[in-house]
Amino acid sequence: MSTFLGMPAPPPRPPPGTGNLRGDQAFPRAAHDELGNDQLRRNLGRATSTIRAKRLHVTGELPDWEALRDAGSAIKTDTMNRLPELLEQLERKVTERGGTVHWARDAAEANEIVARLVKATGSDEVVKVKSMATQEIGLNEHLESVGITPYETDLAELIVQLAHDKPSHILVPAIHRNRDEIRQIFLDRIPGVDPELDNVPAHLAAAARGYLREKFLTAKVAVSGANFGIAETGTLAVVESEGNGRMCLTLPDTLITVMGIEKVLPRYQDLEVFLQLLPRSSTGERMNPYTSLWTGVTPGDGPRDFHLVLLDNGRTAALADTIGRAALNCIRCSACLNVCPVYERTGGHAYGSTYPGPIGAVLTPQLAGMHAAKDDPNSSLPYASSLCGACFDACPVKIDIPSLLVELRHQHTEQTGVTTEKLAMKAAAAVMRRPGLYTTAQKASGLGRVVAGRDGTISRLPPPFSGWSDSRDTAAPPRETFRSWFASDEGRAALRAAATEANSARAEENSDHDEKDAT
Amino acid sequence: MRIGLFATCLGDTLFPDAVKATAILLTRLGHDVVFPPGQTCCGQMHINTGYQREPVPLVRNFADRFGDASIEAVVMPSGSCAGSVRHQHRIVADRYGDAALRAGVETVSAKTYELSELLVDVLGVTQVGAYFPHRVTYHPTCHSLRMLRVGDKPLQLLREVEGIDLVELPGAESCCGFGGTFALKNAGTSTAMLHDKTDSITATGAEVCTAGDSSCLMHIGGGLSRIRSGTRTLHLARILAATRTTPDALTEASV
Amino acid sequence: MNSARDTVLGRIRDALALAPTPAVAVPRDHRTGRVLPDDERLALFTDRLLDYKAGVHPCTADRTADIVGEVLREHGVRRVGVPAGLDGRWLDGYEGEVRQDDADVSPSQLDALDAVVTASAAGCAETGTIFLDGSPGQGRRALSLVPDLHVCVVDLSTVEAGVPEAVARLVPERPTTLISGPSATSDIELERVEGVHGPRTLVVVIRTDA
Repeated sequence: MSTFLGMPAPPPRPPPGTGNLRGDQAFPRAAHDELGNDQLRRNLGRATSTIRAKRLHVTGELPDWEALRDAGSAIKTDTMNRLPELLEQLERKVTERGGTVHWARDAAEANEIVARLVKATGSDEVVKVKSMATQEIGLNEHLESVGITPYETDLAELIVQLAHDKPSHILVPAIHRNRDEIRQIFLDRIPGVDPELDNVPAHLAAAARGYLREKFLTAKVAVSGANFGIAETGTLAVVESEGNGRMCLTLPDTLITVMGIEKVLPRYQDLEVFLQLLPRSSTGERMNPYTSLWTGVTPGDGPRDFHLVLLDNGRTAALADTIGRAALNCIRCSACLNVCPVYERTGGHAYGSTYPGPIGAVLTPQLAGMHAAKDDPNSSLPYASSLCGACFDACPVKIDIPSLLVELRHQHTEQTGVTTEKLAMKAAAAVMRRPGLYTTAQKASGLGRVVAGRDGTISRLPPPFSGWSDSRDTAAPPRETFRSWFASDEGRAALRAAATEANSARAEENSDHDEKDAT
Repeated sequence: MRIGLFATCLGDTLFPDAVKATAILLTRLGHDVVFPPGQTCCGQMHINTGYQREPVPLVRNFADRFGDASIEAVVMPSGSCAGSVRHQHRIVADRYGDAALRAGVETVSAKTYELSELLVDVLGVTQVGAYFPHRVTYHPTCHSLRMLRVGDKPLQLLREVEGIDLVELPGAESCCGFGGTFALKNAGTSTAMLHDKTDSITATGAEVCTAGDSSCLMHIGGGLSRIRSGTRTLHLARILAATRTTPDALTEASV
Repeated sequence: MNSARDTVLGRIRDALALAPTPAVAVPRDHRTGRVLPDDERLALFTDRLLDYKAGVHPCTADRTADIVGEVLREHGVRRVGVPAGLDGRWLDGYEGEVRQDDADVSPSQLDALDAVVTASAAGCAETGTIFLDGSPGQGRRALSLVPDLHVCVVDLSTVEAGVPEAVARLVPERPTTLISGPSATSDIELERVEGVHGPRTLVVVIRTDA
């Protein structure tokens, strides 16, 4: 509406309370619990190192990998620039081909639309394809609250759902569970499961197949997400491995797809780029076992009723930030999680959001906001990184996550009022901008020698440095700064000696040349 | 070549030996090392912690002190400070600076190098006449590796050191967990990362773990010292500056 | 008027007005239009299919029925489903029951089939991918999904070198399925297991002169 007035207004963040874009506690606290879990650390360490090696192998195999990344990055950026026209085109094409398009401003609205569509079919259950968007909006919780039973059909999502757990990874939501834990979950929660079930992954997968088979063959309604939606043709894409996606997209009479508005791609041809980038970055395969592409409704093949729900839920708010917007380019491959040293140690739950890891740390605060009150867990996410940069290198669409983190930290400090940290930063900058004051302060730091132990190290520091000194010794400050050494007789003598050495080396070199010339 | 030496605030104040080694090494290679005395800090800690207004004077000061055209190159024994100058000063100048600052930043960041880059790319040397008869392992710090892309330049230099027993560090490219204020704000996670790094280092049996950043070495060295590991940390510049006639003392506090 | 639609589109326009960014040119410097000789495509396609634990049988077109018959026999297939439009001669070497699919066959009836035999629209050698698009001989998507064994006949002339070349062959409006090996999961400790909900066995018959 605001556009009619000609005065653009910043798009709002979705109202809190619905969905899974905010945890209960700040990252350091949430991570503290997870860091103490040795089993989790072992599960994650094993899994992420396996997938890292696979990804490097299959991305290294393509001589044009960097060109594909450049193309993918530019296609996504171009998409964001032209989002209104592309979404309208997508809507038109899907409608022309017999589908129905719905728009949802936020999670609550999307949940209501889906529940209404399911109820209209008369069904009280749905089968679900793994989908980040429906996790984000808390669709399962909403459906259950209105008497509709959702069945997750992706193996990892099934494990998570059966255990009343939360996903901890974009691609492998149960990555925090090992085979023994999964066996126990199946024994406890799958009705009629073979009590002799062992922990062999193939047998566990077979148990899931047996459990879900009947559901697939009889389900009337399916709910999915979408990896891509092609504006040019109205084609939607789901990329998967197990065949549960194909089951859901093909067998039921009604299909409801919830897609974030940023998932649109301009041209069908763009698939040539993303069908190379996504599987290789994601599972480390040259191609995932199954990709389904469908356009509206095809008589005699698949669902007779197709609904596409286009979801905002904070995406337009993120779009209103020139720098932060890049996070919307994410294709949810999870490569950044797999290379992140922080994620590898804390796991995904510590992020408190459907989107964990480096991309989650930039996407979640942008979708749901960082409320200036300093206890908003989302405010802690941009700091949940050592800025090591491994995520940027791994990203198939070249999202510069470290720079986005730094930018969000800046936005956070700009929003918050006066804090002790801000005062300290101001004070430090005030000293450092004046070389005279700076030199005086350097001398004061030499006082640290007083608190050092006999071995010249400091083993205990006061807060906020106590977290540091819990596991690290600190060397006592030296007697003399570099600048005083440089100006001292000792410094001058040392440099003179080095210069003399250089001169004599040069002279020797010259005489070598002379000798050679002579012979 | 006339080279401007930026000591970095950490190097100047807490780890002067690495800066001394840098000055001596470059002088020994026949270059003219100048130290503009008005220099302070690059502002990296501010920027990475989320403060971009506060370091504007620091960015300006850096550009002013090293902008002089007589300084042909600016060097610093720190990958992360060089990364900040080359990648972050522009962001601060664009957001809060004026045209003069933006121009100054462009000029100075184009001639700013981390030590191994200066030696290999600009000065074209890998054999610097160093002698260091010890078992050494090299940790590539994140910002030198992924922000500056120094690649194997430090290893090219180390391989030429006489007497060195250079051993590969397993999982070398993993972050040590420092990350500036990350180590304070997320001390638990940082410590978990540090322990994996110190385990890898200890497993090499090296006497010395070296790197191009005093900050990361302060972190790693602090961890190694706490577990009473036999391995000590030493900045790359100190190994390259050590010769038969003036060996590194190896006695002062780490780094 | 759908107000949510107008609101969301209005927000997007506002966002773009508040944070305008320059238009970008999309570089397309990746490999496209690659042409590889038959033997190289066959070798690459075969290697990739085997890597994903698919069965592979290269043969000349005149041996299609022999190979299909052998594969079905080997797997003990007694009841096979086929789509409308499949070349009936392909099943001349098979003696069991053949059921032609149509839209009224229920999922449970599909589940009672031991196998399905289909043709294909295209292939991609570099990724070992087969493309089905519902054209005659390929059937609706459910048919090639529910039975536990999928025997897919691929003509080498339709197998392209890489993904861009294969995508260029597709007709966007057709319901299209990309298949790379049997169904699989890596959801347990990232250890790959072949065979979950889709066909647990995929056998590809590559007709080298077709």
